[in-house]
Amino acid sequence: MLNQLTISEVAAKLANREVSARQVTQSCLDRIAAVDGRIHAFLSHDDADALAQADAADKRLAAGERSPLLGVPIALKDVLCVKGQPANCASKILGKFISPYDATVVEKLRAAGAIVFGRLNMDEFAMGSSTENSAFGTTLNPWDTTRIPGGSSGGSAAAVAADEALATLGSDTGGSIRQPAALCGCVGLKPTYGLVSRYGLIAFASSLDQIGSFTKDVRDAATMLGAIAGHDPRDSTSVPRPVPDYTAALGKSIKGLKLGLPKEYMIGGMDAEVKAAVDAAVKKLTELGAEVVEISLPHTDYAVAVYYIIATAEASANLARFDGIRYGARVDGADPIALYGNTRGAGFGAEVKRRIILGTYVLSSGYYDAFYLRAQKVRTLIRQDFLKAFEQVDAIVTPTTPTPAFKVGEKSGDPLQMYLSDIFTISCNLAGIPGLSLPCGFATNAERGARNAKLPIGLQLLGKPFGEETLFQIAHAYEQATPWHREKPAL
Amino acid sequence: MSAPDFDIKYVARLARLNLTPEEETTLGAQLGHILGYIAKLKEVDVSHVEPTAHAFPIVNVMRPDEIRPSLPHDEAMRNAPAKANGLFIVPKIVE
Repeated sequence: MLNQLTISEVAAKLANREVSARQVTQSCLDRIAAVDGRIHAFLSHDDADALAQADAADKRLAAGERSPLLGVPIALKDVLCVKGQPANCASKILGKFISPYDATVVEKLRAAGAIVFGRLNMDEFAMGSSTENSAFGTTLNPWDTTRIPGGSSGGSAAAVAADEALATLGSDTGGSIRQPAALCGCVGLKPTYGLVSRYGLIAFASSLDQIGSFTKDVRDAATMLGAIAGHDPRDSTSVPRPVPDYTAALGKSIKGLKLGLPKEYMIGGMDAEVKAAVDAAVKKLTELGAEVVEISLPHTDYAVAVYYIIATAEASANLARFDGIRYGARVDGADPIALYGNTRGAGFGAEVKRRIILGTYVLSSGYYDAFYLRAQKVRTLIRQDFLKAFEQVDAIVTPTTPTPAFKVGEKSGDPLQMYLSDIFTISCNLAGIPGLSLPCGFATNAERGARNAKLPIGLQLLGKPFGEETLFQIAHAYEQATPWHREKPAL
Repeated sequence: MSAPDFDIKYVARLARLNLTPEEETTLGAQLGHILGYIAKLKEVDVSHVEPTAHAFPIVNVMRPDEIRPSLPHDEAMRNAPAKANGLFIVPKIVE
């Protein structure tokens, strides 16, 4: 079953001409046909287009070309533009929108020979932690289809966990890659702010958004980052610096590396099995030669509040463009103002409305200083906490989430509880640093009739700005010494 | 900062976002709850702290001022909800 392999395993078989890109692609499409009805990771997929790309990749392979992603099928979150394909951000407001151009990451994947296919489900406009905010139905967790896969990139995580694609791309504004990766049992990477171009990514909160990958192992995460990273003049926040060979960091010993455990992350309300799995992972890292020390990130407790001011403020501005005039759905009105209000009232879902209202309020006259400016100042303190910690340690180790995947509907009625489920992932975006989540064990799923008796747990590694190589080094050493990433859900 | 003067009708109008009366009630209550939580930022002393807008600010980003091909007109208009003669159709703005 080619769809079950990793990118590096498939690339080896393609290079030997043991299999064709068409066969690999067809195996993913067959898997989607067989299981996606149960998890709803995909909003749509254009099979004919995917197979045409596979045939083109086979021609390049036959001509002797070799590269790590040549002939590898990679699916995308519905937030990235692919020329000629729909882009909806899982929202009704985009109507029948067809992208007129490719995002930079899509251009880069195409140049590397990847087969770029499919539109993966997500929370509407990437706002949420469960995919329950999609206008097109919830994605379900492949480990237990009564539970959420996490969000907002829930479709991207579920598709990799269910072997429907070899890897996927998502976006992470407050944990939207790492949290679903943890809950579905895959490797999720949010790169340093500025490392990957956002041109062609539909914006949510521009000072926080970053594109990253979901993969089946750490090696594939390093390969994917090497393909999508790099300066792009079309994104003015893109940082001009050379892209290293990230796979060169793999296999290096972690002996002597210093890892920090933030004491503020040992909160009440953390699931006992999550805590035990993270403790065991820390012990394993120590056995592998790392030195673990306790550190302090004193402003951690304010991160969620800062995030929900900054992210909603930026979202209220970014989403002003969805006004029913130039593209997307339109609900008419007597004058343009009425048309805007009607279109946006009918087109946006509840969570998006909640955030637009909150963001508009914190930016409004009389409240800007009290909310937005104050939040930006506390953001400075959160960032300084990290930079100070990184004078002492090479990376920080935390749980990715306080609990394993929760039940569909469990938190959807209480937005604040839903926001607090992102407590461990949010600070990373505020500080602009890289974060990686990888499998570190399982919690018991005692539910009667559950197909799998367990649910994945994620370990989060946070690194220095542009310190992705160190994260890969640590994650790979841990992964090679543990069995978790080889486990697959019965679906 | 717990914002007793939070007027959801006024903010929704600023946001050009029509809400039903039910949405006003539900969102209003939920946002009151969230604003109460956010008020904890008042505890932090920020008197000598500069704000952070971007984690890695890059200033004066320039590109060469060169003429390059842009999106063809029909491609740019392709997703318009209402169009005629290569123009977007909108409701009457002036009498």
